[in-house]
Amino acid sequence: MATQQSRSAARLMMAPAVVLLLGWMLIPLTMTLWFSFRRYLPLRGGDLGWTGFDNYVRFFTSSAFWPSVQTTLILVGGVLVITVVLGILLALLLDQPMWGQGAVRVLVIAPFFVMPTVSALVWKNMFMDPVNGLFSHLWRAVGAEPVAFLSDVPLGSLIVIISWQWLPFATLILLTAVQSLDNEQMEAAEMDGASVLSRFRHLVLPHLSRAITIVILIQTIFLLSIFAEIFVTTGGAFDTRTLTYLIYQRVLESQNVGLGSAGGVYAIILANIVAIFLMRIVGKNLDR
Amino acid sequence: MGQITLENVTKSFGDTDVIPPLNLTIEDGEFCVFVGPSGCGKSTLLRLIAGLEDLTSGTIRIDDQDASQVPPAKRGLAMVFQSYALYPHMSVRKNIAFPMRMANIPQDEQNRRIEAAAKALNLTDYLDRRPGQLSGGQRQRVAIGRAIVREPAAFLFDEPLSNLDAALRVGMRLEISELHERLKTTMIYVTHDQVEAMTMADKIVVLRAGHIEQVGSPLELYRQPNNRFVAGFIGSPKMNFVTGAEAEKLGADSIGVRPEHIDIADDGPWRGTVGIAEHLGSDTFLHVHDTGLADTLTVRAKGEVGLRHGDPVTLAPQESQVHRFDAAGARLG
Repeated sequence: MATQQSRSAARLMMAPAVVLLLGWMLIPLTMTLWFSFRRYLPLRGGDLGWTGFDNYVRFFTSSAFWPSVQTTLILVGGVLVITVVLGILLALLLDQPMWGQGAVRVLVIAPFFVMPTVSALVWKNMFMDPVNGLFSHLWRAVGAEPVAFLSDVPLGSLIVIISWQWLPFATLILLTAVQSLDNEQMEAAEMDGASVLSRFRHLVLPHLSRAITIVILIQTIFLLSIFAEIFVTTGGAFDTRTLTYLIYQRVLESQNVGLGSAGGVYAIILANIVAIFLMRIVGKNLDR
Repeated sequence: MGQITLENVTKSFGDTDVIPPLNLTIEDGEFCVFVGPSGCGKSTLLRLIAGLEDLTSGTIRIDDQDASQVPPAKRGLAMVFQSYALYPHMSVRKNIAFPMRMANIPQDEQNRRIEAAAKALNLTDYLDRRPGQLSGGQRQRVAIGRAIVREPAAFLFDEPLSNLDAALRVGMRLEISELHERLKTTMIYVTHDQVEAMTMADKIVVLRAGHIEQVGSPLELYRQPNNRFVAGFIGSPKMNFVTGAEAEKLGADSIGVRPEHIDIADDGPWRGTVGIAEHLGSDTFLHVHDTGLADTLTVRAKGEVGLRHGDPVTLAPQESQVHRFDAAGARLG
């Protein structure tokens, strides 16, 4: 964009997209801020005027707040660890030349195409159901007592379900990174006397660091707002209430829009804290 | 020590035989160059020696020890790759140290060898940089440094200069030759560039389709090429080949004369017209047409020659320098 003319033409061309995106973001954000300072109870008198920081104080001091933050962080952290570790292993496996490679790759990616609600319901009813689930049959087959996964280990079960959904994404990104690894480097390391494990540690892992960073950042953004899986499985019971879910309960179950909006602002702050934290740890990988 | 012997070595990829049975001995301390057109199997042969490819059959001996089944790291050979294959996230120092780290060499010994290699290769100022911050020639030197510190029985070079520009290539050629003089270690060097082969080698192995066409010192190959292929491959510009009546007069199917062995002489037997004349100052290469002998004859004339495009010229081959070949291309006499 060298000339004055092409610069202004570019601005003109980009304007619709910029206006649309800004509107898309700014209007809901402004409304959330607006409602968070108002006492708004749709079924109990509607908009009852300004309340200052009352909503914020109530949301923050509620006994459900800190447990929900903790649940959110455990959920996000658990899914990240599982998807990144298994994703690396799967990517290395899929990179090996084998018969039916194309079909296997499509199968590995398939879970990503299943809607969150559907996959959570399939896991809940077909696998984890304590009476008819496949796992309970398996447990009974080896003589063990079936586990009621979603009430006995609810958060663990949710992490497994969500990891299953996000593993394809991690695998896909990591696979492309594995494939871009220079073969001559691996051969040079082999000649230098590096074992398979040290080649993984000294060559493959550093090569993947950038892809891992991207996987972690993108997944964190989406995982912080996980909702459908919790809604259709535990409904927020058994300590599976994340911050997102708590906000939903405040707005729709308690019919308190003001309180929920204040929670939404807290969620934005939490997401930013996590993002800054992640950028500090892993973001420097992106500079290279 | 670093004597390498190949006995009846073969390599096939599926149904394709890349290397038919091949025998070769590379003596300790020798600078041996594998040269041939692309796809002739020279890189495969080097990778077989390195152990990066499995032998289909045959034996590789390193210092009289059967190394055919030995993994690459245990063969005591160091390889310099065409792409340098430096580890991009490690500093130059760590790159050079990597093989020693893998071999659990004590830290102070590692440092001593790194310093020595860096000094020998002019890398001392760059030890803390990453490969991405170096020029092509410097990366090449780091790759060589990584090979030197292992103190290998032999160095394997896989077209190491092909990614460098022409001026740098000449410089690195000298540096590698210099290194060989200093270390006296066996070096095996793969290239498709006959100039590199001629200038660097103690022994040249000319390969075509996996076959060894000829083994010998550069000047042996230049003076006594075994066949038309070697004659055409070694020497620059290429040898002129003449078939037909002129060859039959000498009892051959074809004869070959190098451009430098054709003189411009008024009483010469060959007549033609000058096409393009390449004036290099020290030499002039004339492309002569319409001789009735071959499509084009290349002639080297010393110094500056006043012949221009379209000028008639008479040529005289130096009779003692005419190579004769039979119908199959093999050398006669």
